[in-house]
Amino acid sequence: MRARWLITALLLCLLVGGCTGDDGGFADGRVTLRFQSLAWQEESVAANKELVKEWNATHPDVEVEYVQGSWDSVHDQLLTSFEGGEAPDIIHDASDDLADFAYGGYLADLRELLPERLTSDIPRHSWETTTFGDGIYGVPFLQEPRVLIANATWLRESGVRIPTPEDPWTWEEFREAAEELSGDGKYGVAWPLKEPVSATLNLSLSAGGQLFHRDEDGRVEVRFEAADAVVPKTVHDEVNTDESASGTTLGMGGSDTLPGFFGGRYAMVPLGFSYRQQIVQQAPEGFDWQVLPAPAGADGLTQGVSPQTLSVAEDSPHKKEAAEFIDFLLRPENMVRLALGDWMLPTGTEALKDPALRTTEYDWATGTALAAHLRSAPAQSVRGYPEWKDKVATPAFQEYYSGAIDLDELRERLEKDGNLVLARYQR
Amino acid sequence: MRTSGAARTGQYVALLAYLVFLAFPFLWLVSTAFKPARELGSLHPTWIPENPTLANFRQAFDEQPLLDAALNSLVAALGAAVVAVLIATPMAYVMARHRTTLSRMATGWVVVSQAFPFVLVIIPLFLVLKNLRLINSVPGLIMVYVVWALPFALWMLVGYVRAVPAELEEAAAVDGAGKLRTLVSVTAPLLAPGIVATALFAFITAWNEFFFALVLLKTPEKQTLPVVLTHFIGAEGVADLGPLAAAAFLATLPSLVVFAVIQKRITGGMLAGAVKS
Repeated sequence: MRARWLITALLLCLLVGGCTGDDGGFADGRVTLRFQSLAWQEESVAANKELVKEWNATHPDVEVEYVQGSWDSVHDQLLTSFEGGEAPDIIHDASDDLADFAYGGYLADLRELLPERLTSDIPRHSWETTTFGDGIYGVPFLQEPRVLIANATWLRESGVRIPTPEDPWTWEEFREAAEELSGDGKYGVAWPLKEPVSATLNLSLSAGGQLFHRDEDGRVEVRFEAADAVVPKTVHDEVNTDESASGTTLGMGGSDTLPGFFGGRYAMVPLGFSYRQQIVQQAPEGFDWQVLPAPAGADGLTQGVSPQTLSVAEDSPHKKEAAEFIDFLLRPENMVRLALGDWMLPTGTEALKDPALRTTEYDWATGTALAAHLRSAPAQSVRGYPEWKDKVATPAFQEYYSGAIDLDELRERLEKDGNLVLARYQR
Repeated sequence: MRTSGAARTGQYVALLAYLVFLAFPFLWLVSTAFKPARELGSLHPTWIPENPTLANFRQAFDEQPLLDAALNSLVAALGAAVVAVLIATPMAYVMARHRTTLSRMATGWVVVSQAFPFVLVIIPLFLVLKNLRLINSVPGLIMVYVVWALPFALWMLVGYVRAVPAELEEAAAVDGAGKLRTLVSVTAPLLAPGIVATALFAFITAWNEFFFALVLLKTPEKQTLPVVLTHFIGAEGVADLGPLAAAAFLATLPSLVVFAVIQKRITGGMLAGAVKS
């Protein structure tokens, strides 16, 4: 009987104790904020940690605790943290991951929290990547265009015109150049399209492809029109008609194509701008490479991006302080440090003026020249997009690129099957 | 029936092929861990690094708290193994020796429980542990691992208990041993290989577990090795391959060492010495 009372009392203590929340503040008035960073490269981790240290040294009342997160698992980890009320105060993520969290009420609307300096420093088209409904749920701060990384020696010797951001290739010229560069078992281009959807949709913006069309009621419909076909048809024809692109790389990720690139098997590889770091680390001695802008279409060099973002958890009891830390982290000089650490481009217009980002070394200048053409990736605010991408678009594009289906079937599957999926999210 | 020479050769070839298949990923991991970045990007990779380096290990240790993570993993895995075995052994004995409707139902439940996906339980579990103030604590993680390992551990041990002939216990009783003496002196030694095997299973399951550790441990100093390993992977699956291989190689070592030390206990004759001469 006595034991039973003891157990009951113990359970009550645990329950009462468990319900007592920890608001991140202390009795002495000091505030502790948890900042979950997804920085992963050596220089990037160092830059983030240094900035946290500098903040803590100058803000004795608001201490920031650096928490290491991982790109590989951030969505699941955040979802459970939000559900359990244990989310970090400041959240590093990518804009294409924010829609569900924003609509789910997990992220704070930043419109009233951010200072004018930061709001006006970042261009409107970048803010569009983190605007869901009427609110802004993240600060876009780093982004990267997709570029062509080319074997410079091969390019020079071939005699093809070398494109620049001021005078880029059209998609037709790109196809011709790839054909010119191929032959003798070598390929003009290697498309790493293990994840074909975002690459295709983002590049299709240059040709005016929209794919997702929103009506006045806000309902989204998939329509695969002529402009949407320009990029997919180029890839398909390079692989299956011209044989200027390798079919084997279609199932590869970007890093997987680098050995073949270094080994002289492909003249060009379309990759994200930050891949330059891997190339610098891994390229053989004397390997001469350069960055070319992605081809331009009817809409010029426009392409879609999903910038890295900083958000504040709705449950955070210290939103104001969290926003102040974000403001500190994204001061122009700090944004440059973060950009250099990740080999990416800052969104801030002041940071983009920094000479370190305009140097010709490692072709920083080529990427910086593309920054003004970057737009919100299509569909990142469309609810149901992840399911559409995984169940409909990925297999459809993979089959089209490998030559298993033709353009009409690709169109039918993207539209017919795709709209069925999206309809379930729009009832 | 005697096996012919050709058949025996075929068996050895198949066994060798299987061993190569199993060993290939590990050997490649070791090779990658010692390669400099330029060799990782080579179109003609080699098994033996041409310019072996420890730079990947240095970078891995510089970037991430691998030792702390390894210690956390070790505490969680050992704790889970010990507690799971302590709980499962008496339960398994009762289920094996007293076959009632209840024990049959319990066995059924054990099998069914293995079908529950992690995502189904993670949020309720998170809330329960939060109320108990066991989020971000290794003891909390051990509790979860014990619960997760228990059904399979129980199922394994029931098999081992059934393999111990009940006649041995009856003979001990006839010789005058009491129930406790019989359990301690007769049954327990015979069960030892099974208990060790079960503990090893619980240890390796906990050592490799990722999802619960990811969700339940918040601060860097509490995280386990599988969670820390993901920090070498960037957006779109791009990996810092050299340091990742170095860290992953280090992460596999404890499991291999534990298995190497314990395997004799598992493969040793289960009923050795059981029969009176």
